[in-house]
Amino acid sequence: MRGLHRGEARAGWLLAAPALLVIAAFFLLPVVAGFALSVTDFDIYAIGDPELVRFVGGANYRTLLSEPLFWKALKNTLYFVLLGVPATMGVALAAALGVTAGVTRLKPIFRTIYFAPVVTTLVAVAVVWRYLYHPRFGLINGVLGLAGVDPIAWLADPRWAMPAIVLLAVWKNFGYTMIIFVAGLQAIPEQLYEAARLDGASAWQRFRYITLPGLAPTTTFVAVITVIGYFQLFAEPYVMTSGGGPVNATLSVVLYMFKEGFRWWDIGYAAAVAFVLFWIVLAVTLLQTALRRRAER
Amino acid sequence: MRRRLPAVLLHLALIAGAVATIAPIVWMFAASFMTDGQANAEPPPLLPQPPTLDQYRALFSRLDIGRPLLNSTILATAVTAISLLLNSMAGYAFARLRFRGRDRVFSALLAALVIPAQVAMLPLFLMLKTMGLVNTYLGVIVPGMASIFGIFLVRQFALSIPQELLDAARVDGASEWRIYRSVVLPLLRPILVTLGVFVFMGTWNDFMWPLIVLTDDSMYTLPVALANLMGEHFQDTELMMAGAVVTVLPVLILFLAMQRSYIEGIMMGSLKE
Amino acid sequence: MSRGRLRLLAVLAAFAAGCGAGPRSQEAVRLWGLGREGEVVDELLEPFRAEHPGLEVEVQQIPFTAAHEKLLTALIGDAAPDLAQVGNTWIPEFVVLDAVEPLDPWLERSSVIRREDYFGGVWETNIVDGRLYGVPWYVDTRVVFYRTDLLAAAGCEPFPRTWQGWLECMRRVKALPGGERFAILLPTDEWAQPVVLGLQQGATLLTEDGSRAAFSSPEFARAFDFYLQIFDERLAPALSTAQIGNVYQQFAEGRFAMYITGPWNMGEFRRRLPASALAVWGTAPLPAPGDDWPGVSLAGGASLVIFKSSARKAAAWQVVEYLSRPEVQLEFYRLSGDLPARVSPWSDPLLADDPQVAAFFTQLGRVQPMPRVAEWEQIATRIFERAEEAIQGSATNQQVLAGLDRDVDRFLAKRRWVRARAEGS
Repeated sequence: MRGLHRGEARAGWLLAAPALLVIAAFFLLPVVAGFALSVTDFDIYAIGDPELVRFVGGANYRTLLSEPLFWKALKNTLYFVLLGVPATMGVALAAALGVTAGVTRLKPIFRTIYFAPVVTTLVAVAVVWRYLYHPRFGLINGVLGLAGVDPIAWLADPRWAMPAIVLLAVWKNFGYTMIIFVAGLQAIPEQLYEAARLDGASAWQRFRYITLPGLAPTTTFVAVITVIGYFQLFAEPYVMTSGGGPVNATLSVVLYMFKEGFRWWDIGYAAAVAFVLFWIVLAVTLLQTALRRRAER
Repeated sequence: MRRRLPAVLLHLALIAGAVATIAPIVWMFAASFMTDGQANAEPPPLLPQPPTLDQYRALFSRLDIGRPLLNSTILATAVTAISLLLNSMAGYAFARLRFRGRDRVFSALLAALVIPAQVAMLPLFLMLKTMGLVNTYLGVIVPGMASIFGIFLVRQFALSIPQELLDAARVDGASEWRIYRSVVLPLLRPILVTLGVFVFMGTWNDFMWPLIVLTDDSMYTLPVALANLMGEHFQDTELMMAGAVVTVLPVLILFLAMQRSYIEGIMMGSLKE
Repeated sequence: MSRGRLRLLAVLAAFAAGCGAGPRSQEAVRLWGLGREGEVVDELLEPFRAEHPGLEVEVQQIPFTAAHEKLLTALIGDAAPDLAQVGNTWIPEFVVLDAVEPLDPWLERSSVIRREDYFGGVWETNIVDGRLYGVPWYVDTRVVFYRTDLLAAAGCEPFPRTWQGWLECMRRVKALPGGERFAILLPTDEWAQPVVLGLQQGATLLTEDGSRAAFSSPEFARAFDFYLQIFDERLAPALSTAQIGNVYQQFAEGRFAMYITGPWNMGEFRRRLPASALAVWGTAPLPAPGDDWPGVSLAGGASLVIFKSSARKAAAWQVVEYLSRPEVQLEFYRLSGDLPARVSPWSDPLLADDPQVAAFFTQLGRVQPMPRVAEWEQIATRIFERAEEAIQGSATNQQVLAGLDRDVDRFLAKRRWVRARAEGS
């Protein structure tokens, strides 16, 4: 039996090795290298002459903390997350409830339609939505005009640019979240609803006391992955507002990092920005899971 | 009648939602068949009058969108094939093969899921530069050859493979590799189909990394080419819509063909350990 | 699909990938053109291709907005073309990367390119540390494009030559009847306008050796105050290029009557303005703060550079020589509206008899280059980003200039260290 296990153990490592090597070499190693870079002033001078690099300790981090553009990017990204995550989850939950309700006909068709935006290429739909948001020729102002609303210069107005992107993000992502909610809803035992109905509970009471608590773990999971995903906002501002938007109203942290890294080649500094993003995402994730654990008790 | 009212209202709401969801996609298709400038009208037209293939002709001839289309196809196929191989091997190993440190390594992988991919991009670019892989297909393929999420998904599914089946094969004298190839892989087929669709779509739709690593327009993938087109042809709405259609249509078709498998995969991926 | 077939596909794909470059011919000279120039240079090269049947020239066009970063990424990623059109302010950066070929040896052997035939200020911008790194292709300077009819109605003909007269004219244009209008369009995401005004006041922008910022100097502060005054009096809309929409349509409709921009817009105006506006636009050199008209403008433009990594430098040089021929420079102007960097084509009637071009010729006699530091592009971007704060009213002029000084000093920190190190060793 020992021989059997040894062969199995060796096979286990051999089979897992290629994938682990790829992940280690092309993901984990760069992440570590990124941290190393963030404590140097590696930049375009260093690329031309590798001797021109210095260890600078926390200088990059101090700089970004005093750089108004970084704070603007962080504020914008937080605004996007705080607006977008609840909106996406709300719409997704509503859609999930609608798609799983007993009386609904043609469930698969609705599910397919609601999910379709998820698979579309983000750049392509960002291009489409850029035209939808056109102040004069866009469909959105056209529809709003039917309701008597004055045309809004969505992507040009600093107040509306980020909400416009939030709307796009909600449209694109709610289908994915909806499916996860559907899975969560289906996991709630039917007997609970039966018992509640027999006890005379209304639809709202059943929702509040059975559905919502039953969905709690799913909700946490969805919240965590959506928050992590939304913090990485990049393609929408890049395509729709050409990198920054009106008065940098749509500059996101990742976009800021991209500009500092690939436009100015302030590599040490950009690496520091990336790490700050990582720590923020980590902190928010830990916070969310801690809150959930507290609520469960 | 009163009992039916909630049901009717619900359906109306669902239909309204469906219309709102599908409207941008429908408009994209409609505008792509319009002649130059027809979409720039107040109020925006919903139907091309008359429909024309001019934009597509321009895309494929003058603007040579066939090249990015080919690049996207090659890259998505290559990454899908390779990552299915690597992820399935690793996912099976983590699920059903017993080796020291297995669970700790897997937990570490799961923890690494929280790291945003952008943290790795700059150093990865510099790394690939020293390897001479900037502006090559391999520059896009190599980082995508395996993924933590893919391993996770396969492992999740492989946990359902009965241990007795594997032990029986071992008793019969089959080598571990043989077991993987002949016993496990066929059983993994459903999740491999799902993961394959995932990875194909993910690679096809990927934007930031190809934007960074591909510097020649002959190497661009569709999303990068489309963003580039936007820089020069912003005024040409109908042309851009046609470009968007060419980019989106393949994954949309793939989705419609495989939606059951794909959606089930997402649901499975969300089940807690 | 069976596992075996899938693996075969993977191997084939990896092979195709390993080849990397795709069906591009290895013999071609690769040229990157930017923006509009990239579009026309392909056509411009037709006779060249006929003259050199064995030589292929592949042109790739890059939109101007992404050009700087794409060029750097390609250079750093060892995926650069053989030669490229580059903004002349970018050359110091490429020199730092040690990416561009010094052209003095090629120049000495050339019979086509003669230094004396080029506008002096512009040729200078291609020289870094005493070596020539680029050949000027076209010149870019900024003048005022304006609606002749609107200015006539406001009583401002001929075009004002002093800042005071200019400001007066703007006020009168704004007061013209016919709906809400602005006098001048100054997109808030362009750095050229505040910089030019600063140069006109005698500001140096950076210290002499380019090691520190000098935006709080009295000269630049005066110019910046004038710039902000135009926005404060609502003579210019506080909008960026993206927010403005279709500039040509707005100009034709008279939403603004003046626009400071470059030669490429001569071609664009002729192409994009509706018929009603084609006859009512003109150009004029920039007004000066005092009596020394014309006011200083940018010694801008693009150069052709050959990259050190190129394996076909001789062929690339032939392309450079061809594009520098006076008659080809003239044809280039005809196709793109970009003005020749060589002086001799200017005597051709096509340019000499064009009233709109005359303003540029006058202005080119009074141009100044930007500080030649590798960080210039980053500094220029920061200038308009900070200026936007003042325009939006979220900071005072002094605060903005002080902040700009701090930021630019930080950008230049590495440069200071590198130079100190070089001097020390």
